[in-house]
Amino acid sequence: MSNYAVEIENVSKLYRLGEVGTGTISHDINRWWKRIRGKEDPYLKLGQDNKREEKGGQYVWALKDVNFNVEKGQVLGIIGKNGAGKSTLLKLLSRVTAPTTGHIKAKGRIASLLEVGTGFHPELTGRENVFLNGAILGMTKQEIRRKFDEIVDFSGVEKYIDTPVKRYSSGMYVRLAFGVAAHLESEILIVDEVLAVGDAEFQAKCLDKMGSVSHGEGRTVLFVSHNMGAVKNLCDSSVLMERGTVKSSGNTSEIIEQYLSGDSDVERFKIWKGNERPGDENVRLNKIQVVDKNGRFDNSITTNDDVTIEIHYDIFKEVKDLRIVANVMSYDGGEVFTTSDFNYQHSNRVRTPGTYVSKFTIPARILTSMKYHISVDIDIPMVQAIVMSQLVSFSVEELIFNELGLTLASRPSGVIHPVYPWSVEKTN
Amino acid sequence: MNNTETIKGWDIVIEPKNSLFSLNLKDVWRYRDLLQLLVKRDFISIYKQTILGPLWFFIQPLLTTAMYLLIFNKVANLSTDDVPPLLFYLAGITCWNYFSETLTKTSDTFITNASIFGKVYFPRLIIPLSIVFSSLIRLVIQFALFMIFWVYYIYQGAVQPNMYVLLFPVLLLMMAALGLGLGIIFSSLTTKYRDLRFLLSFGIQLLMFATPVVYPLSLAPEKYKWLIVANPFTAIIETFRYGFLGKGELNWMYLTYSAAATFIILIIGILLFNKVEKNFMDTV
Repeated sequence: MSNYAVEIENVSKLYRLGEVGTGTISHDINRWWKRIRGKEDPYLKLGQDNKREEKGGQYVWALKDVNFNVEKGQVLGIIGKNGAGKSTLLKLLSRVTAPTTGHIKAKGRIASLLEVGTGFHPELTGRENVFLNGAILGMTKQEIRRKFDEIVDFSGVEKYIDTPVKRYSSGMYVRLAFGVAAHLESEILIVDEVLAVGDAEFQAKCLDKMGSVSHGEGRTVLFVSHNMGAVKNLCDSSVLMERGTVKSSGNTSEIIEQYLSGDSDVERFKIWKGNERPGDENVRLNKIQVVDKNGRFDNSITTNDDVTIEIHYDIFKEVKDLRIVANVMSYDGGEVFTTSDFNYQHSNRVRTPGTYVSKFTIPARILTSMKYHISVDIDIPMVQAIVMSQLVSFSVEELIFNELGLTLASRPSGVIHPVYPWSVEKTN
Repeated sequence: MNNTETIKGWDIVIEPKNSLFSLNLKDVWRYRDLLQLLVKRDFISIYKQTILGPLWFFIQPLLTTAMYLLIFNKVANLSTDDVPPLLFYLAGITCWNYFSETLTKTSDTFITNASIFGKVYFPRLIIPLSIVFSSLIRLVIQFALFMIFWVYYIYQGAVQPNMYVLLFPVLLLMMAALGLGLGIIFSSLTTKYRDLRFLLSFGIQLLMFATPVVYPLSLAPEKYKWLIVANPFTAIIETFRYGFLGKGELNWMYLTYSAAATFIILIIGILLFNKVEKNFMDTV
């Protein structure tokens, strides 16, 4: 018997595009008529590859012949661009919907954190919601009772546990919901982007909890995230998905590197137009660019140049506490630093409608000669994630003077290479 | 899976389609705590932030009864078979409310719970079952109201109940099964064809008049009696009134027919529901 906790074999999922209205009945009848005569479903052939840019075709394969196995106790990262089929895969695994072909086999219970707080009822108290939510996620009352104190302790809402959750702040709400989910007793845990909410301290707590879930308790975790740092920290191996298929799988660092560099779309600038702009009805991203001090993005950057990252966006409706976050990563996805335009200001800052640019400059002689990626998020902390992980990247070359004149230096170790004014003194 | 060899050792096998009779009732049983908590949630949340709270359970049937008294008894002059009209209508309304509430609410299962169903798995049948039980709480309270008037009228000598009162648990089971069965048939069909929702709310009103709720079966014209008897709810309500009020018709043939029809409707409902539950997220 294999030691796999999950086996995914030839799994495909076909989605019908557009409105379900006229035409469905005729399709259904046609399908049924073919089936009773023992013929193949005529609409299975119509499916196209999952390319969102291309129009046409009523059916689309969100997943196509996906095969991979997850070992028991493994933490597997699943990465890929939006629309690569990650979420569909998780939906199949959590049995929200069924595959069109193929099958998935699993050992033990599967619990999913597709979104925390499912089934929370605003009128019920925190305590009542813990029980209800726990039961929805598959726990028995006895199991919840046993874990109750731990859950409350983890989420830090002891004082309000008998207050209806509609009186909770959004942070408390999320913490309590995540607390329930994190204490599920399941052999297989599926996690999707829950870390997008909550303050930094709570996020660290969640990551910590997830690490202990897999390493300490031997549970299997499937982790989908755009946060490369988190994937890198938690997962030993990862799967890269592209257009509904598994592009490659293996060691996490290699997979992240492939994801970040293998993508020709990732350039020093990105421009979106019209409805393709990432965001929602209140905020839309127009452009991200990495420029030098003259505002140019087409000449090379050396270690002697200031590098400015500009994020251009439109605000259509007044928003409070909007935050633009830039996560600077090295070529292999390792985090160099994260910075935001929030800058520890007081809350309740308001931005009125208009066109904005948020920018910051990394001074010269800090970066080293390597390729960097910048992942931009726009969010309202602890409330809403508006734009996630829009990537730009740039390379830095190091130029040094030596006996040959100005030449390209070999790459020093480390992810940054600041130049400090050392002093040397003789002290005796 | 045709080949049982591969299932060995795996706890969960996720496949494209449910086989017709894999009902997964074991799973439903495993989630019984969820069922209980959902019933509790419904009960707590309905009357939160209302001033009269659970009193509404009484006010609703009383007002309806008063209205029927006025319209059907005083204005239209429909007979109530020598039963005190108040008790006659209250009996009809108590039974009908339970049935129609179960039916309407279960028929919306997939649409109102789409957001939960889209995120986690649990046996979907838990939701309609929880509705059957939440409605039961309301029935118990309304039934208590009926009992108050009933005991009063017995004391007055206006009604003579008989031993068929003991059939009540069976009738209750039939009402629940019929409401649930029809409800999940509709809920399974509405995931794709929403038109049925409009048809249903209209249909329930029509059905009430095709059921002897506001009139006794004896009043039905001979020509259309078959139509009214063909409605499985007719025998249930007539038997209820026969037992409690001593008037009406106890016809074992009608009752057996009604039980059989209820059973078949419930089975069809469960099979349809089972077929739809796996993929409905793609169409809802």
